[in-house]
Amino acid sequence: MRLFSWRFIRVWQRNRDVFLSLWHSEAPGFVVEPIIILLAIGLGLGAYVGLVEGQEYIEFVAPGIIASYAMFSASFECTYGTFVRMEYQRTFDAIIATPLNVNDVIAGEIFWGATRSLMTGTAILVIAAVFQLVHSPWALFIPIVSFLEGLMFAAIAILFTSIVPSIYSFNYYISLFITPMFYFSGVFFPLSSFPEIVQNLSWVAPLTPVVSLTRALINGKFSLDVLWALALIIALIALFFSISLVTMRRRLTV
Amino acid sequence: MVIIKAKNLTKKFKDLLAVDDVNLEVEEGECFGLLGPNGAGKTSLIRMITAVSPPTKGDIWVLDSDLRAHSQQVKAVLGVVPQHDNLDPDLTVLQNLVTFARYFDIPKDEARQRSLGVLSLFQLEDKRNSHIRELSGGMKRRLLIARSLINTPKIMILDEPTIGLDPQTKYLVWRKLTELKSQGVTQLICTQNMEEATVLCDRVAIMHQGKILSLGVPRELISRYVGGEVWEIEVDSDERDRTVKELESRALDFEDAGGKVYVFHVGADESVTGLVSFPEKVRRRSATLEDVFFRLTGRSLAE
Repeated sequence: MRLFSWRFIRVWQRNRDVFLSLWHSEAPGFVVEPIIILLAIGLGLGAYVGLVEGQEYIEFVAPGIIASYAMFSASFECTYGTFVRMEYQRTFDAIIATPLNVNDVIAGEIFWGATRSLMTGTAILVIAAVFQLVHSPWALFIPIVSFLEGLMFAAIAILFTSIVPSIYSFNYYISLFITPMFYFSGVFFPLSSFPEIVQNLSWVAPLTPVVSLTRALINGKFSLDVLWALALIIALIALFFSISLVTMRRRLTV
Repeated sequence: MVIIKAKNLTKKFKDLLAVDDVNLEVEEGECFGLLGPNGAGKTSLIRMITAVSPPTKGDIWVLDSDLRAHSQQVKAVLGVVPQHDNLDPDLTVLQNLVTFARYFDIPKDEARQRSLGVLSLFQLEDKRNSHIRELSGGMKRRLLIARSLINTPKIMILDEPTIGLDPQTKYLVWRKLTELKSQGVTQLICTQNMEEATVLCDRVAIMHQGKILSLGVPRELISRYVGGEVWEIEVDSDERDRTVKELESRALDFEDAGGKVYVFHVGADESVTGLVSFPEKVRRRSATLEDVFFRLTGRSLAE
């Protein structure tokens, strides 16, 4: 299988340039919204919730908010964003007529999606630190986790984008895949509060290992699960990255 | 020297043979035209030559490099003008060019300089900070052609470069393409505009249903298929049979196209007298490439 070349950075740069000129319309989604949800759910709902796993509720949800909004960033970027560039703007057609090939373009898109996750994850981490919800210097590794998470969700999103007929198909992706993960991956309540069947399902959801890894880093409390989570994330990146290169090549080089 | 060579090139989609065993050689420094009705396979052919679509069968060499193995090196010397606008609407005019230059690894300062250069070539300097949506159709097309020059290509590949342009813009584009050719840039042009092919192209190939029907210098194709002069005779239903009979008896080469009869390969001594009752219904004109096109690809809709 052909991999991508360093030229993917050109696509990343293109997306960065566009982002820098439009950042003000992106900021509400990845900065303001997480603050609102952190305050509303963490403080508002938290007032009615006792300690969760020995923590205040807002402390418990903070790492989950970091992980889920990082997931949203890569997922929206590499579904709607990628699809618009690919189908409506024909940007990819223009790029593959230059020395870049499809794999470079797709790698650039995935790394850009991951960069969006990195930015979102870091921004919320800083906000959480301001609210004194960060308890361990290990939290400095959270941006790396957000980036890996972004690679994983970007690659999964690109795979879906490579097979959908129209932009409306993303409703399925968001409503049936992304949103359920938001609620069932241990963001708002420990997985142990679910019936066993839901717990088993939760463990297959790719957001779950990210939430548990982020939570471990923010609290500085580790168990063997952390290594499993990291290994699972890396395995899923390798799997979906390589499949999405193949399916996108099939779609774009007809 | 042959600069583009395609051998037994075939492109098959699910239930459509878009390009059917085509052989093609483009000489360095020439302007080569691909003519053909919609669906003839022109765009499929150039998509393969520009390495964005893999051939189902056959081989392509560009500048003596096998395209399959060296697509990146080949694409670095191509300037591609697509049929549909794919300018980057998220960026301004100048950003479009600078970003495109970056795909070719052109350093930042040089990219900016070249961008301003190609903008002035197509009289777009004033628009450099405009957004793409603010440009007219003609400006977009000029920008597309300007963009294709950012890497100072050895070969330009243009798909319908002047489609939908007003005459002023069309002539500007033709003049620029002629200038580029005189600087040694090889051009491969897909077009349905016969005037464009006659003005620009040294050689043309007429494609139909995935095959090249005929290939040569436009003037020679005209004299081979239709001769020097063409008669267009307007006939009503009463006169039609008589005219056709008369043409047959004179052993003339003609085509009955419903309301009109076209007579080709008309000899210098041939007279219109006796063909129709009203001589003003006969129009005598020089043969064009369009006549060749119709003779080879037919008058009915191709798709």
